[in-house]
Amino acid sequence: MSAGGEGAGSPEPAPSLELVGIDKRFGEVHANKAVDLVVRRGSIHGIVGENGAGKSTLMSIVYGFYEADAGEIRVNGRPVRIRAPREAIAAGIGMVHQHFMLVEPLSVLDNVMLGAEGGALLRAGARKARAELERLSTEYGLAIDPDAIVGDLPVGLQQRVELLKALVRGADILVLDEPTAVLTPEEADHLFRLLRVLASEGKTVILITHKLREIMAVTSRVSVMRRGEMVATLDTADTSPGQLAELMVGRRVLLRVEKGPARLGALRLQVQNLTVVDAKGTPRVRDVSFGVHAGEIVGVAGISGNGQSELLEALAGMRPIAGGRITLGSTEIGPELRDPHVLRRRGLLHVPEDRLRMGLVPPFEACESAILGFHEEERYRAGPLLSRDAVIEDTREKMESYDVRPPAPLLRTSKFSGGNQQKLVLAREIERSPKVLLVGQPTRGVDIGAIEFIHRRLVALRDAGVAILLVSVELDEIMGLADRVVVMCGGRVTGERLTSETDERELGLLMAGVSEQAA
Amino acid sequence: MDVFGFGIAIFDSGVRLAVPLLFACLAGLWSERSGVVDIGLEGKLLVAAFAAAAASHRFDSAWVGLAAGIAASIAFALVHGFAVISQRGNQIVSGVAINMLAAGLTALVGNAWYGQGGRTPPLEGAMRYQPLTLPGAEQAAAVPVVGRLYAYVVSGHSVLVYVAIAAVVATSFVLARTRFGLRLRAVGENPAAVDTAGISVTGLRYAAVVIAGVLCGMGGAYLSLDQAAAFLPLMTAGKGFIALAALIFAKWRAWPAFWTCLLFGLLDAVAIRLQGVVVPGVGQVPVQAIQALPYALTVILLAGFIGRAIPPRASGTPYVKER
Repeated sequence: MSAGGEGAGSPEPAPSLELVGIDKRFGEVHANKAVDLVVRRGSIHGIVGENGAGKSTLMSIVYGFYEADAGEIRVNGRPVRIRAPREAIAAGIGMVHQHFMLVEPLSVLDNVMLGAEGGALLRAGARKARAELERLSTEYGLAIDPDAIVGDLPVGLQQRVELLKALVRGADILVLDEPTAVLTPEEADHLFRLLRVLASEGKTVILITHKLREIMAVTSRVSVMRRGEMVATLDTADTSPGQLAELMVGRRVLLRVEKGPARLGALRLQVQNLTVVDAKGTPRVRDVSFGVHAGEIVGVAGISGNGQSELLEALAGMRPIAGGRITLGSTEIGPELRDPHVLRRRGLLHVPEDRLRMGLVPPFEACESAILGFHEEERYRAGPLLSRDAVIEDTREKMESYDVRPPAPLLRTSKFSGGNQQKLVLAREIERSPKVLLVGQPTRGVDIGAIEFIHRRLVALRDAGVAILLVSVELDEIMGLADRVVVMCGGRVTGERLTSETDERELGLLMAGVSEQAA
Repeated sequence: MDVFGFGIAIFDSGVRLAVPLLFACLAGLWSERSGVVDIGLEGKLLVAAFAAAAASHRFDSAWVGLAAGIAASIAFALVHGFAVISQRGNQIVSGVAINMLAAGLTALVGNAWYGQGGRTPPLEGAMRYQPLTLPGAEQAAAVPVVGRLYAYVVSGHSVLVYVAIAAVVATSFVLARTRFGLRLRAVGENPAAVDTAGISVTGLRYAAVVIAGVLCGMGGAYLSLDQAAAFLPLMTAGKGFIALAALIFAKWRAWPAFWTCLLFGLLDAVAIRLQGVVVPGVGQVPVQAIQALPYALTVILLAGFIGRAIPPRASGTPYVKER
């Protein structure tokens, strides 16, 4: 890695943040192996890598959550010891966490002040913090009501509070961990504009993400991590998404799924005026209608929390419906059929969004997780008992054909990586030759290599004539896989498009609830 | 006795019965707002009552008794704190252990020292708290209504009653208006947010647990040094648990906790007064039924009348840094 060479003429300013030989082990796991990193002042520096590559651990070390076993952190050329977040804050490092570190029942002002109260009594500090929020709001367009309760704010604004916390504390180095996961493309663009302004004022931004498109769009430098090692640091202008993906995985990967045009068959799943109400009585899905034919993938796009999850659960029979009709093939799914077990037998299979909560039982052996819901089938039976041999043998076969690693049916489910767990769920559902397959967030927390595999499988299934409903918050995934896309916002369908006739900008506007005409 | 006098008498005894509840309830409030569930309020009250009575008897001073009660309660609070904050143990199990330890230990030591079946000898004179007469109370008693209220309701309680009310004011103020209060409220909801803000979660929770210890210490001392003038085995009689109910009823806020405890105290006082009274149409109501009244009301109130009481989100869960 070469970091020098620039800044010819004047003596080169010290890098804003420098990591030298950072090493960290968690028991058996070697999370960071002698990592070096140089981040220049005023730059936006991307860090990419697969899940478990060590990005988050590295940043946790920078923010003082963990202490490195070996290595040195330098801020503005001076070595610093960072043993706790307090010391990181003092060194001018601010962090926007992926899972917001906010106290939801408290106000924006209280959250911003927490840890920087400016005195034993709150009154004086509150006045100062209010003024500071006012200033940041006018300077950067980060308007927010200081007295709003954080828990009532939409996620986009909650993230703004996180950012404001760091800025109010005078952070010079901002670390953002997967900041766009909760944003609409529109909001993400706004965030990126803001990051550019901050960088132009001399602040340093470190952006952790797995979206290569964002790296290309906003960063000036990018570092790639793989299996705890820093494998490369490049100027963004000199690289390409393909090269970055290859560096992340260690082999060539296809970022786009190859697929031909869809050959539509009969209407397999029809949803008419569906309404779903949650336990508190709030409508989550309002008057939704669409259909899925055999041989096509219909995507449901939307920012997380806009009714897609409830839609999926209602279709799978896991949630009662408050109104409307669901028709599977030619049968209307009346209340007596609205049961996951019954629906599965009728050919409607479901890969749930949250595999650890609904798809698998993490403490179970893999082979037990691999037959969940189908344990009553004849082939697993030995008299009145379950035939363990049959279960293990069956799982071994599935693991082989779905490339689950390690292929160990007796290993605890929770020991597998996200991608391999997901393959296990897919194998279980797909093997029952579905007529309709409901798929929720198939690649959430799944690494690039496995994403490629899962996407290829889904397309193959489509070509074999299965009707697939794909719910995903990853717009890239919807654009790459789906033939048609239904966009949801606030529980309603705000638009339906053929993926070949739309683009991410238009879908983004629909996701934000901008009306059809305006879009 | 006139109606006014009867009302004052009921109110007066209601206040007395409410004081230990109020101390325990505020103790629970501090602990739970920081994220530590404290089911051991009962045990802390009991051990404080015993330590206060024993020390007061030995040194002939209620003040020494109070100090001993507070010290004993803090010691138990620290055991709970060590188990659940440092060792991340189960908060319910630790609380139950505290209660059992307190019940057994007080009876055992009491019997070994005094040989009276676990009681301490009766406390007299300087060993117990005497009612204070506030300035001007005697003259005011002659003035109708306002003067009598001052003389009989405001004046004439022992010092701990006034401390209890001061504790409500202090709790409300500190939680809402101070840095410590903000941090404490935050740590009970999302300790990770507090940790990333550079503040010690452990330190805050220990502070809260110790404050709970001090308050329980005063509540227990009030029981033996004022109300009963001796320690009796199991004299807390479930007050620590009723305080937990009051805490939920008050939704973990200081002033509502005050009113709730006062209500429970008054109910208790009414129940005592009603014993043996013939109710028209029903006849004499059994003593047990009347004694059960406050408890039945507690259940009914908790079940239906307070709406959703949402506890601090992190209460009951030890803080573990995520990997």
